[in-house]
Amino acid sequence: MKKSKELTGNIFIIERADFDALLASLIQHKYQLIGPTVRNATIELCEIGGTNDLPVGWTDAQNEGTYSLEKRNDKALFGFASGQHSWKQFLHLPTVRLWKTNANGLSTESAEEEHPDRSVAFIGARSCDLHAISIQDKIFLDSLYADRSYKLRRRDVFIVAVNCTKPGGTCFCSSMKTGPKATSSFDLALTEIINDHQHFFVTEVGTERGKEILNEIPHHAASREQVASMEELIAGASRTMGRLLNTDNIKNMLYRNYEHPRWNDVAARCLSCANCTMVCPTCFCTTIEDDTSLQGDNAERRRKWDSCFTLDFSYIHGGSVRSSVKSRYRQWLIHKLAAWIDQFGVSGCVGCGRCITWCPVGIDITKEANAIRASEKISSTT
Amino acid sequence: MANVIETERESKGVLTVESMLPLRFRINRVRKETHDAFTLDLEATDGAAACKFSPGQFNMLYMFGVGEVPISISGNPETPDTLVHTIRAVGPVTKALRTVKRGEFLGIRGPFGSTWPVAEAVGNDVVVVAGGIGLAPLRPAIYQLFAERERYGKIAILYGTRTPADILYRRELEQWRARFDIEVNITVDRATSNWRGNVGVVTNLIPKATFDPYNSTVLVCGPEIMMRFTITALQKRGVPLDHIYVSMERNMKCAVGFCGHCQYGPFFVCKDGPVFSFDRIKDWFYIREL
Amino acid sequence: MDTLEPILQEHPFLMGLNPGHIKLIVGCASNMRFDAGQKIFQEGEEANAFYVVRSGKVALEIYAPDRGSLIVETLGAGDILGWSWLIPPYQWHLDARVVELTRLIALDGKCLRKKCEEDHELGYELLKRFASIMEQRLEATRMQLLDLYGERD
Repeated sequence: MKKSKELTGNIFIIERADFDALLASLIQHKYQLIGPTVRNATIELCEIGGTNDLPVGWTDAQNEGTYSLEKRNDKALFGFASGQHSWKQFLHLPTVRLWKTNANGLSTESAEEEHPDRSVAFIGARSCDLHAISIQDKIFLDSLYADRSYKLRRRDVFIVAVNCTKPGGTCFCSSMKTGPKATSSFDLALTEIINDHQHFFVTEVGTERGKEILNEIPHHAASREQVASMEELIAGASRTMGRLLNTDNIKNMLYRNYEHPRWNDVAARCLSCANCTMVCPTCFCTTIEDDTSLQGDNAERRRKWDSCFTLDFSYIHGGSVRSSVKSRYRQWLIHKLAAWIDQFGVSGCVGCGRCITWCPVGIDITKEANAIRASEKISSTT
Repeated sequence: MANVIETERESKGVLTVESMLPLRFRINRVRKETHDAFTLDLEATDGAAACKFSPGQFNMLYMFGVGEVPISISGNPETPDTLVHTIRAVGPVTKALRTVKRGEFLGIRGPFGSTWPVAEAVGNDVVVVAGGIGLAPLRPAIYQLFAERERYGKIAILYGTRTPADILYRRELEQWRARFDIEVNITVDRATSNWRGNVGVVTNLIPKATFDPYNSTVLVCGPEIMMRFTITALQKRGVPLDHIYVSMERNMKCAVGFCGHCQYGPFFVCKDGPVFSFDRIKDWFYIREL
Repeated sequence: MDTLEPILQEHPFLMGLNPGHIKLIVGCASNMRFDAGQKIFQEGEEANAFYVVRSGKVALEIYAPDRGSLIVETLGAGDILGWSWLIPPYQWHLDARVVELTRLIALDGKCLRKKCEEDHELGYELLKRFASIMEQRLEATRMQLLDLYGERD
């Protein structure tokens, strides 16, 4: 085990050859590794066993309503952007059983068996997703009530972040100031540098825990050139984002425009299929389902992911408040980019671009918001 | 709050799974109020504490095997040992609740939500404007006003409902009306000729009610259309918008601000409401399909 | 009627009218009193008056053979009762039944109609005021029509 010499602060180099040891070390520390893998013609997040499970040599081509995998001409481990999965499904579970009861006066059990038995390590989390996680932390841990299920899962997560050196086809994290560089909430942050004669990871240590894991594998101090190289790549990614969202006073801009005609335009296209809410790493809406057994002697309450795009999401006696697709799309966008700021102090959007890629009709949230801003009728009276 | 079991104190918030767990309450009394409204008197069981609440708050009522609904608490905050809920049977769960009997059990979670500003109204005239079942969430506030009657100026209760047969808490309204220090004015949308009371919309009662618009707190609860027209009538009389309070209603599932269903613009009706100062929501109130 | 002039002048309905017009109107006014149960007017009768309610309660009703009389609105102190005197065919469309002892000022509609024809300014002022009352009643009626407290269909 090499001793690290800290020439450039907390930044080190892990050679590609030693990367496998990083994952092995985490496994040895009893972490369940969750990371990207090629499956179902996309890159999904699931349990992985080692480097071989990663999308080695793969990249993605993303645009409005399109996603495809393409082979790279190198063997980069993280040469792709986000797939349809986000880390939200591991912290804010799609289904949680809240309790179970029997008919004779509610003898109940809480959902103790949902408690995870192993700590989890996220391998390859991008900065946008890290921001999404801390946004969900605000919702589930810092609000009037705290959510136990989220808390149990969040507590010990080990995060190996990856800085993007090339933006994905639908990314706009630089507009949302959520990347491409991970600046917090990670244990280790890797920037993959690969070319014809080198392949290594510039590694930034974020926590003591990260340091301990790093110390167990071969690594050496980063030179100033290597650090500069990393910064330049990341800056390049920031500069070449394909999309921009003007966030200047966006909250009030959207609040002013509940009746903008653009909503009719997007409503004509939107299928209210709810894809965007499912792939969005910050969407958190759920529904509560009470299930009774056929014999009527047992009942369970479950919490499940839900979407504000469903017709009965806003149902009160007699009908839904948001019965038109227009009102539901408007609700989602204005919540995401404006109301979220009043509710949680930050924007709900991290610029990951997933909603743009996975919308079957290719609706682009940046285009819609920018269009409303551009064609807003400024009242001439005060 | 009795029903949220705190198993761990954090700097903010308490664990929420327990506040998703209903506590068992026994039904001690079932009373029919009108053809579609009924009142349940409930009592905590299994050693649980009584449901202490403030006027305007609601519980989630769970009926085994049927489902859960948010219902305002309509009892007296001073006597929380009896938990009172007046329910209107409009959907599958509330219609099923209408069939319960004394001795059976319901699951109760709560209390949740913001409250009528009864304490803040001290020194003012207070006007209570209720429409239909909207009188039920206002009754606890009325009880509190009466408990300290001398601390308020004029008190007026204006109540509108469909027909004389739909008048909620009729006997109590008659008792209140018999007091010399409360103005009670009731109107119905229509009636047969043996009705000796008022017929017309509840907003008709506002110009004639006795209160000082510049020194009043007005509490409004009823169908949203009724609240909208009531606010216009109050504005006409000069009541400032931050002295008008309304109780909003939206779809609720969790009641603790996580499921997102009750969102109303930037507000969560379950925790920022259901009682809102109208001034706070005035920019949202007139947006359709919000 | 000397005693009625001050009462009428104070009434918001007549506010803004010039003294000459007020005198004209007062000239057509008389005091009336009805006991509970009495009918002020009935549907179909000739409408030749309107009333300013001073005290009491009047129920506006519509009679249905299978349901009896249904009250659609009640009026009380300060309310104006009756506009059919102003609009042809000058016929009442509702019954007005007194619920409790009621005192009103009755204004001679026939007399006023004649005066309005001669003095169009008076006519315009009265029509403006009645239009406003009708608008309020219509708005209120529409709200009642919505059956806000009823079951959703």
